[in-house]
Amino acid sequence: MIKSDFWRAFVRNKGAVLGLVILIAIVVLAAFASVFFPGDPWEMATAPFQPPLSEDALLGSDMLGRDIASGIAHGARVSLLIGLTSTAAALAIGVTLGALAGFHGGKVDDAIMRFTELFQTIPNFVLAVVLVAIFTPSLTTIVAAIAIVSWPPLARLARAEFLSLRSREFVQAAITTGQSNTTIILRQILPNSLSPIIVSASLMVATAILLESSLSFLGLGDPNAMSWGYMIGAARTVIRQAWWMSVFPGLAIVLTVLALNLVGEGLNDALNPKLARSRG
Amino acid sequence: MTRRLSGIPASFRRSLHRAAAAGLLAASLAIPGTAALVAAPAMAQETPVRGGVLNSIVQPEPPTLMLGLNQQGPTQTVAGKIYQGLLTYDRKLNPMPSLAESWTVSPDGLTYTFKLYQNVKWHDGKPFSAADVVFSTSKFLMEVHPRARAVFSRCESIKALDDHTVEFKLKEPFPAFIQAFEVSSAPIVPAHIYEGSDYRANPANTTPIGTGPFKLKEWVKGSYIQLVRNEDYYKKDLPYLDGITFRVIPDAASRSLALESGQVQQTQYSDLEPFEVPRMKTLPNVTLTTEGYEFVAPMAWLEINHRVKPLDDKRFRKAIAYAIDRKFIRDKIWFGLGRVPTGPVNSVVKFYDPKVTTYEPSAEKAKALLDEMGLKPDAKGVRATVKLMPMPYGETWTRLGEYLKQALGKVGVAVVLESTDAAGWAQRVANWDYEITTNFLYQYGDPALGVARTYISSNIRKGVLFTNTMGYSNPKVDELFDQASRENDPAKRQEQYSEVQRILSDDLPVVWLLEMEFPTFLDKRVKNANTTAIGVNDTYESVWLAK
Repeated sequence: MIKSDFWRAFVRNKGAVLGLVILIAIVVLAAFASVFFPGDPWEMATAPFQPPLSEDALLGSDMLGRDIASGIAHGARVSLLIGLTSTAAALAIGVTLGALAGFHGGKVDDAIMRFTELFQTIPNFVLAVVLVAIFTPSLTTIVAAIAIVSWPPLARLARAEFLSLRSREFVQAAITTGQSNTTIILRQILPNSLSPIIVSASLMVATAILLESSLSFLGLGDPNAMSWGYMIGAARTVIRQAWWMSVFPGLAIVLTVLALNLVGEGLNDALNPKLARSRG
Repeated sequence: MTRRLSGIPASFRRSLHRAAAAGLLAASLAIPGTAALVAAPAMAQETPVRGGVLNSIVQPEPPTLMLGLNQQGPTQTVAGKIYQGLLTYDRKLNPMPSLAESWTVSPDGLTYTFKLYQNVKWHDGKPFSAADVVFSTSKFLMEVHPRARAVFSRCESIKALDDHTVEFKLKEPFPAFIQAFEVSSAPIVPAHIYEGSDYRANPANTTPIGTGPFKLKEWVKGSYIQLVRNEDYYKKDLPYLDGITFRVIPDAASRSLALESGQVQQTQYSDLEPFEVPRMKTLPNVTLTTEGYEFVAPMAWLEINHRVKPLDDKRFRKAIAYAIDRKFIRDKIWFGLGRVPTGPVNSVVKFYDPKVTTYEPSAEKAKALLDEMGLKPDAKGVRATVKLMPMPYGETWTRLGEYLKQALGKVGVAVVLESTDAAGWAQRVANWDYEITTNFLYQYGDPALGVARTYISSNIRKGVLFTNTMGYSNPKVDELFDQASRENDPAKRQEQYSEVQRILSDDLPVVWLLEMEFPTFLDKRVKNANTTAIGVNDTYESVWLAK
């Protein structure tokens, strides 16, 4: 039973279980944000600069009297949404290009890899800042920018997997039986190369959340969406008067990124065939 | 022309991981600002003493110190010590001598005669004379200085009667003329250097030659600008200081630290962000004043594009005004800096009249006006949707945008925030490509110089920033501004300006939000600084440092 093997390997990593629990808690918080904190997180709900544990604001309020706790809950939606969608987009670009390069080899491989290197030579974050600044910040442009700067490692990974799998007997057999290239790529090689891709995708969600937070921190977030990075960016200036304004969103980011990394590691343990074999 | 900064470039340096780390950092920095600064010993001595160097901040670094060519805020503060105008102004905006020792205005208001100080020398040793004033006002500034051009093009003739007397003859009366001789409005430049040259390309622009009490000694780009005492200054024993050094400190936190640690003895304009002010003013070694900005008298407002429906309807604009709590803006967003405005004219500017239609916050009145327009709330409670593009000049303006979105949302006007960079903002506003934005303009002491330009229909000029970009047009307003600018009798002028203020406060072409104040922090050892309406931009000839 593959599934129970996978689960057993996953739970053997205690950190991964902890990560999963935290992650589920954050997903629940995001999903039920409007239930826990009805109303707009931008709403000035109470007096400005209320410390944590005050009457209307569990985690305190910011300089305009907005509830920090509500901001964190609603911000979780934005962070998760951006993390997941931009990773999905990066996967689509990266795996497609990597698969084509690895499967066809030769000139196609050369062309695609030079193109990938072009992106890898530009620092990720700088490129993301430039893209968002040019196309005016909104959820769509931020997702697109993050996807555009994140796909090259996925492309290289997919290419490596495809290169090695391509010369295996089962692929050779499929070629001999006359299956089309598309069929071979999608039905023979891709399912067998998914494990490492899933692991790096899970880590990429964490990177994407950090990227979004950094962009918002610099004031390049969607001005209509409450996000953790924005909250810290806004709090930075009054950090000496109101520590809670930056500490709690900061903790939210740390926990989410940590949880995703732990889960990613657990997935790696569970999906890595070499480790699985050594457990025998 | 104004000191405006974009917060973004400085932040580029912050690394990717900063955001995640900020939360942890916050915990370690949360100790309240216990500034362990020793209070300066009580000073009994009040007679000025010679010597000492004043350290201040210049932010952002000016592109040039040739004040005739560039009048951005930082340039004014530094070059105001090097160059001089004919006049300076007291806190009530009355003219005071600078290069001109005395002056007379003919009863018909057409002839202005200025007697200049004797023995004035340029920093290169050449004598200063009336010919320099004539050259500056009739040739140099006419070509390179738009604000001066608008004033001096009203002159029929500008003549030197003798070496120390200049006469301006106007085509028609323009009583605001006397307000136009401040150092940044009409800096006097040396004719012997500029006459006949390409002014903008003159090599002397990098080594400014003025008449002021301080000379440029050294400018290390990105580091500091060092001014030293002009030993040949025409007023005996002045200036008191040996020099003034302006430090370039691009990082906002470092600027507050420089003042806290006593590394600089003065900060001005936007050197410190408003949120720093409550903390800094508790420091024992400095004093805070918001005076000294009467001449610039900035007014912030919500700028509304009248070409977009339903913004062209004054009932809609009034509803917006009723929806906004301007006291909240002053107290919570500007941390108490500024005054709640009543109408279009800043209360420190001449001919200000408080008897106008004002708009106390009232959601009911706002909703009633929207109902009257037929804008009923839909299922989500939204009556209309507008786009707001906050001015991208830092944190405070961003907060204002967020507040406005909430405040208007409460009366059913949904606001979509648009973000942009400084260049994009200027381009879009100048080309009328916006719905609502926030903006502020300087008023320069007289409605004819700094207020009329925003509301008169002849100043609807596409592509030019700081004009009537709303597209507001009211023939009565045009007429009143025109009449008042030519009226010699102050009482009649007051009447005309009062009427125009009443009309404007009812038409509400923009929604005035704040009479802005800038904080000036001075070390307690600095004496006699910031005494006029141009405050920190003045010459500092009589500023001295207590030992």
